[in-house]
Amino acid sequence: MTPALGVIIGVFVLVIGLGLAARRGHEMSLEQWSVGGRGFGTVFVFLLMAGEIYTTFTFLGGSGWAYGKGAPAFYILCYGAIAYSVSYFLLPIIWRFAQGRPLVSQADFFAVKYDSPTLGVVVAIVGVAALVPYLVLQLKGLGIIVSEASGGVVTQQVAIWTGSAALVVYVVVSGVRGSAWTSALKDVMILVVVVGIGVYLPMHYYGGYRAMFEAIETAKPGALTLPSSGMSSAWFVSTVLLTATGFYMWPQFFAGVFTARNENVFRKNAVILPLYQLIILFVFFVGFAAILVVPGLKGADADLSLLRIVERSFGSWTLGIIGAAGILTALVPGSMLLVTAGTILAKNVYRVITPTASDRTVSLVARSLVPLIALASVLLTLRGGTTLVVMLLMGYSLVTQLFPALILCLGENPRVSAASVIAGIVAGELTVVFLTVASATVATLLPAAPQMIKDLNVGFIALGVNAVVLFAVALVTRPATVAAA
Amino acid sequence: MRRYRWLAALPAIGLLGGIPFANRVHPYIAGMPFLLAWIVGWVIATSIIMALIYRLDSARDAAAAATVPPVDRPTA
Repeated sequence: MTPALGVIIGVFVLVIGLGLAARRGHEMSLEQWSVGGRGFGTVFVFLLMAGEIYTTFTFLGGSGWAYGKGAPAFYILCYGAIAYSVSYFLLPIIWRFAQGRPLVSQADFFAVKYDSPTLGVVVAIVGVAALVPYLVLQLKGLGIIVSEASGGVVTQQVAIWTGSAALVVYVVVSGVRGSAWTSALKDVMILVVVVGIGVYLPMHYYGGYRAMFEAIETAKPGALTLPSSGMSSAWFVSTVLLTATGFYMWPQFFAGVFTARNENVFRKNAVILPLYQLIILFVFFVGFAAILVVPGLKGADADLSLLRIVERSFGSWTLGIIGAAGILTALVPGSMLLVTAGTILAKNVYRVITPTASDRTVSLVARSLVPLIALASVLLTLRGGTTLVVMLLMGYSLVTQLFPALILCLGENPRVSAASVIAGIVAGELTVVFLTVASATVATLLPAAPQMIKDLNVGFIALGVNAVVLFAVALVTRPATVAAA
Repeated sequence: MRRYRWLAALPAIGLLGGIPFANRVHPYIAGMPFLLAWIVGWVIATSIIMALIYRLDSARDAAAAATVPPVDRPTA
């Protein structure tokens, strides 16, 4: 056993211990399990929100994009800042509506707002369809990190099965409290590790940031700016806009909102989080440093750039610590995704089909579903190959379709009927699936359009279809009135 | 009126509207190529702007709480 593997196993055991200890002193009703009894203060909500930002996608994918694509990777820094500035105003509205109402999920919010359990079922299905590929991506990252760090001694399969089993145990026992506690460990480790290597590697190999970027610009001219076609400024701006729009549409974010004790928590977080996400900058620095130090990683292998440069530069102990931090970026968001998926399937699908079920039964169903969702994700992870990125992008496009429905119900009563919102979502989702299967881009759909239009993110087409159908149906149906809390 | 809340639109304007003009390598700022420095600058500015709005909002909320009509105040 290498020292790296020893460190990773140690941290792994610590995470499970923390996850299990988080339950102490709390009777696990569905409300405790899903939204922590709505008693979390600024720090825990901050950790849950931030926990969702630093996933294996940012850790491996952020450096991989900087390594393989260069400047287009910067979009990852932009959409968060915009989404946080909007959150200052948006999240308190959602939180206030949940006060005095038994809301534990995103689907609950829409079902009550529009007075339509059917809409709740639709939103729940969209949510789970988007969450599973996201979870698959975390497991895939976990497998890569463990097998790299152990020098191939532990295979990806073994790592994925073991990691998922651990996740299931602490999620079933502690729910969202487990996620919050392990988030604390994760964020401290990521902060130290990423800033540490993001400062050290450019200094060590190039003598400084400017020298590093100049060397890259000489070796790969144009890598530090956006190209004039393809991933151009138009692509960049439209992608940032679309991802900022989809940011709070992920079901696990809604659950995060409901955990808060009061609305000031969100305002404080909107101040801190933009600054906090600058950690991603150091992930970019590592990816850039790797360009000339470990050249030759092509395609999906670009995601290995961070681990490879670390492996080359440090001893096995350091690799273990960095690998352990990477594993936490997979396990913590993974646990939150599992809690959310279990909650929405039990509360918004099972409950609607079986109205006589008691609270106790629904809570039991939510937890029983966790191993099943995990199992499905493991099987998808082991079977899926390069289609993973496609699945994640599809997940993002899927949740973004909920945006019009949210905007139109922020007032006291929704402005349009539940039927129109359902029609819009269904039309938008069908468009997403069609565009993904056909791997269409604006350029293939409108070959005669100017380059700027061609480079626009294709997600806007589905959102456009959604909006048109929504307003057409809204014209012939009446909106509902929300019952007082 | 809380007109200062419109300040929150600045990050979006700087990060989205500014990109086509900031898309260049020179000049380097703090060791970073200009495009990256532009984005990092706006991310930091976002935190500063939101902190300002938070302070102004907190001050207004406190003032609003202090001017509750006398009828609503508990009598000593």
